[in-house]
Amino acid sequence: MIVASRTRAVGGRLPVVLLVPALIGLAFLVLPVAGLLIRTPWSSLPARLTAPGVLDALRLSLVSATLATLLCVLFGVPLAWLLARTSVPGRRLIQALVTVPLVLPPVVGGVALLLVFGRRGVLGGWLDSTFGITLPFTTTGVVLAEAFVAMPFLVISVAGALRGADARFEEAAATLGAGRWTAFRRVTLPLVAPGIAAGAVLCWARALGEFGATITFAGNFPGRTQTMPLAVYLAMETDPEAAIVLSLVLLVVSVAILATLRERWTMTS
Amino acid sequence: MSRRHRAGWSSAPARRFGRRSAWIGAALTLVLAGAAGCTSSDRGDAGHAGGDPGQPTGTVTVLAAASLTETFTRIGTNFEAAHPGVRVVFSFAGSSQLASQINSGAPADVFAAASPATMKTVTEVARDIDQPRVFARNQLVIAVPAGNPAQVTGLRDLSRPGLKVALCAPQVPCGAAARTALDTAGVALTPVTLERDVKAALTKVRLGEVDAALVYRTDARAAAGQVEGIEFAESAVTVNDYPIVALPGAPNPTGAAAFVAYVLSEPARTVLTEAGFQPA
Repeated sequence: MIVASRTRAVGGRLPVVLLVPALIGLAFLVLPVAGLLIRTPWSSLPARLTAPGVLDALRLSLVSATLATLLCVLFGVPLAWLLARTSVPGRRLIQALVTVPLVLPPVVGGVALLLVFGRRGVLGGWLDSTFGITLPFTTTGVVLAEAFVAMPFLVISVAGALRGADARFEEAAATLGAGRWTAFRRVTLPLVAPGIAAGAVLCWARALGEFGATITFAGNFPGRTQTMPLAVYLAMETDPEAAIVLSLVLLVVSVAILATLRERWTMTS
Repeated sequence: MSRRHRAGWSSAPARRFGRRSAWIGAALTLVLAGAAGCTSSDRGDAGHAGGDPGQPTGTVTVLAAASLTETFTRIGTNFEAAHPGVRVVFSFAGSSQLASQINSGAPADVFAAASPATMKTVTEVARDIDQPRVFARNQLVIAVPAGNPAQVTGLRDLSRPGLKVALCAPQVPCGAAARTALDTAGVALTPVTLERDVKAALTKVRLGEVDAALVYRTDARAAAGQVEGIEFAESAVTVNDYPIVALPGAPNPTGAAAFVAYVLSEPARTVLTEAGFQPA
């Protein structure tokens, strides 16, 4: 609302020096997507979409991104609460650590995951020898890799929402006799639900596009660890048209989900 | 959350940009002009190099298969020593990835692929391209972590249940060769991963994440100490020819020709055979 009225007020004398770079910026972001649409082989599209492997990769992508998001919500929301509502010692350090995967090249994340959860990794070696569980080259590995790179998006979003929410409601609940857990569940959670939803959407979108950590940690095998971005990468080597079709599918899915979720949760308040 | 966002969008500092916008515009123009200037001066340099036939100068950009990483790095150093003032820049990756980069217009002088089939994807598209020359041959071995913990002795062992095997993706030459070897031997195996190039497959062995991988003999040899290479009978069918070609439209055609000639020469051949390649 505020944005709309301000824009209208200055709209008449919008300086060209601003408008031109703004339009260049917009074109820069939109043109590659348009290029994808222009070069899409529409006539062979149905055949390519039903080609073996495409639907497998898409299903795997959707399932693993969703599972990764669930993991992130399950562990990320309490983590965000820890950062925003408590004064644990070393809170700033924790905050910095949480944001590291955000700036870390995903391939580095994959290497780090291998060193910890790999067969000879610190935890992975123990998991393997004790329970016979190996995480690399499994769908679980894909989910872990995606969760690792996507979690900060959720934590930052939820922590921001928590800081923005009025803590006095929780205090009021406490004075009325609610325990901390009850206050969190009945008061805080509903209060920051839009923030959690927005964070989950970002998190999901990031997980869906994850490439570097996945190929490094989970490898690439059709139906098990080959997600859409990996399929696009390998298709690009031999069959660019197939890569374009795969990219288009990924684009359509991402835009559709982002659009519907945004309408529903983040625009309503 | 969303309310905070909106406040951010229309904050006061944003309005102050009105006066500075001219500066931003000017800076942007300068940056763009600078970028354009760089490109044109690079081209001019290369053009100059091409104008002096025989003596290579400037930078030679070589795109080479990942399996050539060690040998070509050494050959590049020797080449630079033989031609003072010339710099060789390498980009090592899966042959197919490099081929698709070339076909989408990557500026490069020389392409060395790990298989004629991959080379063909470039020669088919390019016009006025020389006939690629085969400069080396390579064949597959089974790479296992040092000490061979899974006791692999031959190709058949790889289909043992519970054994983790990494192969190259069938799209890249080492993957195609691996498939030929396995088909010839009649070994049916499900790898745990199909890696994007031979080095990635080898890395999984080095880290001990897989029990075995099919890689080139030269790669196994380059990682000696961490990896053991096990020869197998069927590898004779996996012999890969490595072709090299000077690319048409190379920014530095003289340098490209000189480098190709050097790779085919005796000193380079010695480096290649020492690394485990067979002479072409």
